[in-house]
Amino acid sequence: MTQKRQSNTKMVPVPSYSIVPERDVDKRPVLETRHLGIEFGGLKAVEDFNLTIGATEIAGLIGPNGAGKTTVFNLLTKVYQPTNGVVILDGKDTAGMNAAQASKLGIARTFQNIRLFGNMTVEDNVRIGLHNQIRYGMVSGILRGPSYWKQEKAQHEKALELLSIFDMQDMADMQAGSLPYGAQRRLEIVRALATNPKLLLLDEPAAGMNPHETEELMENITKIRDQFQIAIMLIEHDMNLVMGICEGICVLNYGRIIAKGTASEIQSNPTVIEAYLGKRKEG
Amino acid sequence: MTRKQKMLMSNLITYGMVTIAFIVCQLALSGSIDGFKMSRSLKGQLVPICAWIVMAVSLNLVVGVSGELSLGHAGFMSVGTFSGAVVSGWLLNAFQMENEPVRLLIAMIVAGVCAGVAGVLIGIPVLRLRGDYLAIVTLAFGEIIRNVLNCVYINVDGKKLIFGFNTPTLPGKALLAGPQGAVGVDKISTFVMGFVLIMFTLVVVLNLINSRSGRAIMAIRDSRIAAESVGLNVTKYKMMAFVTSAVLAGMAGALYGLNYSTVAASKFKFDTSILVLVFVVLGGIGNIRGSIIAATLLTILPEMLRAFSNYRMLVYAVVLIVVMLTTNSPFLAGKLATVKGILKGRKNTGKEGDAV
Ligand SMILES: Nc1ncnc2c1ncn2[C@@H]1O[C@H](COP(=O)(O)OP(=O)(O)OP(=O)(O)O)[C@@H](O)[C@H]1O
Ligand SMILES: [Mg+2]
Repeated sequence: MTQKRQSNTKMVPVPSYSIVPERDVDKRPVLETRHLGIEFGGLKAVEDFNLTIGATEIAGLIGPNGAGKTTVFNLLTKVYQPTNGVVILDGKDTAGMNAAQASKLGIARTFQNIRLFGNMTVEDNVRIGLHNQIRYGMVSGILRGPSYWKQEKAQHEKALELLSIFDMQDMADMQAGSLPYGAQRRLEIVRALATNPKLLLLDEPAAGMNPHETEELMENITKIRDQFQIAIMLIEHDMNLVMGICEGICVLNYGRIIAKGTASEIQSNPTVIEAYLGKRKEG
Repeated sequence: MTRKQKMLMSNLITYGMVTIAFIVCQLALSGSIDGFKMSRSLKGQLVPICAWIVMAVSLNLVVGVSGELSLGHAGFMSVGTFSGAVVSGWLLNAFQMENEPVRLLIAMIVAGVCAGVAGVLIGIPVLRLRGDYLAIVTLAFGEIIRNVLNCVYINVDGKKLIFGFNTPTLPGKALLAGPQGAVGVDKISTFVMGFVLIMFTLVVVLNLINSRSGRAIMAIRDSRIAAESVGLNVTKYKMMAFVTSAVLAGMAGALYGLNYSTVAASKFKFDTSILVLVFVVLGGIGNIRGSIIAATLLTILPEMLRAFSNYRMLVYAVVLIVVMLTTNSPFLAGKLATVKGILKGRKNTGKEGDAV
């Protein structure tokens, strides 16, 4: 899968380090990074990070604690500005953009340490995700013309529809901060999906979930990809999950990519085994 | 009841409470019911109470809804007071506009615009800061506004307005005279207009909270990073809350200023900002109805405490501390909840705290 791409000459040439699956070969990759890197006061947290993600690929990013995985997500979503290299989202260079602008290009994410709008309801959390898809301003919000009611209703229905992916419609009125842990993680995914992304980044989506919940989550991630036809990239320490659903896996250690490939290629890679020795976390 | 219906109910209660209080005051003012009359000192407090309510509600938009601690709210009020007084004086002296309600309305609108402009100018640098820094800088700007206004002289000569900075001897009739503040103000504020302004403020703030923009403001309060990650323009929505709040404070300032024949800039010192913040904190951060009640009670209280003469401020402080303790101590809050539960069970009303 890794080596097949060399002769491709489509709209954006896919480099040899790609792990884009076969079915996405003729589509424009949703994400491409070249020599991406960031330093924090001399510490190279991420260095020379090159990755291409296909339009409907499920990709995994793994590595020991502190390897720089979350930092990669922060770079891709423009929470951090890179010190080196470029991030190309859906064919557009994101240099100089902020996180909100990157979101409008079609990247959405969840957070390792959950960041919900805790004082707001579950439904309102999803509605915030839909924010840029409805278009009435402050004044019509105060004057409450017909456009206000119409769009509020449409937004309400859309929010419930999205919540139903995880069977969460019944929780719509609950305060987001009071949800059980697993539900909070799922709500973050729904909120991210509400922004209508092309690439969804999940930072340890199964953390804190029991094996049953993790099982369900795996099915749902694949379901979301199939239903929305989007790319998903996930960071996860649960190897069953990663090996089970990721088509391409990228291994990070000390800020550098040490291996790339399919699940079986990664599992038998001696460098990866070495990096994980004594550190492996079994899900 | 769903949360939305609860919210609607809560808003209706707020509007109803204000309307009923207004009607009761009007009845007492008219003296049409025997033995039900308003004391003179309380009568004089009616317009200021309206102004302080608007101040508290508008500050709550910044502190409670937007989640930024602003310590310069009195600055926006003073901008409103002085621009309102100048506009009213100018309309009267230059154009002989006698119609008081219309003049008051124009003065309030202009005051709102001026305070809004000040809000934009101050918001641009201030809203880049976070937390404590923002609080300190708003405090500084509040003081800067007051000190600048201390030096501004505006006279009306014929139809012209003459502006001066540190120039006490301008031709014509003085409207704004530096440290003396607004002078020779025609007292045109009325309780009815105060009520109208409160209702206007409530419509703006409550409707804003339940709209797309208001939700964005609250989302940014809860998690700035998450809000950015779903594509919200943080600066825009912080600005929206800050400027809306400034506009309302300016209107309140005009109402307040046009209730007295002179108002000095020293009236709008740091203590005034803190006083309004006390209303907000006591009423409950983010709780609009609470702000209204706290502003009313704490404006009346010092008057009621006149009987204690010298000990007035001491009693006032003790009351404040007791209320703060009751609302913040888990033990007392628990007791209070029990009492509330009993009352609710008996009366079976649908009253709930503001769901904001
Ligand atoms: N804002 C920052 N300032 C300074 N150092 C940082 C910053 N963000 C991350 N780092 C450093 O970068 C390195 C990588 O951190 P990162 O959070 O990306 O690891 P991770 O792979 O996500 O680990 P984990 O599996 O524990 O979540 C760490 O050494 C961390 O201390
Ligand atoms: Mg991490």
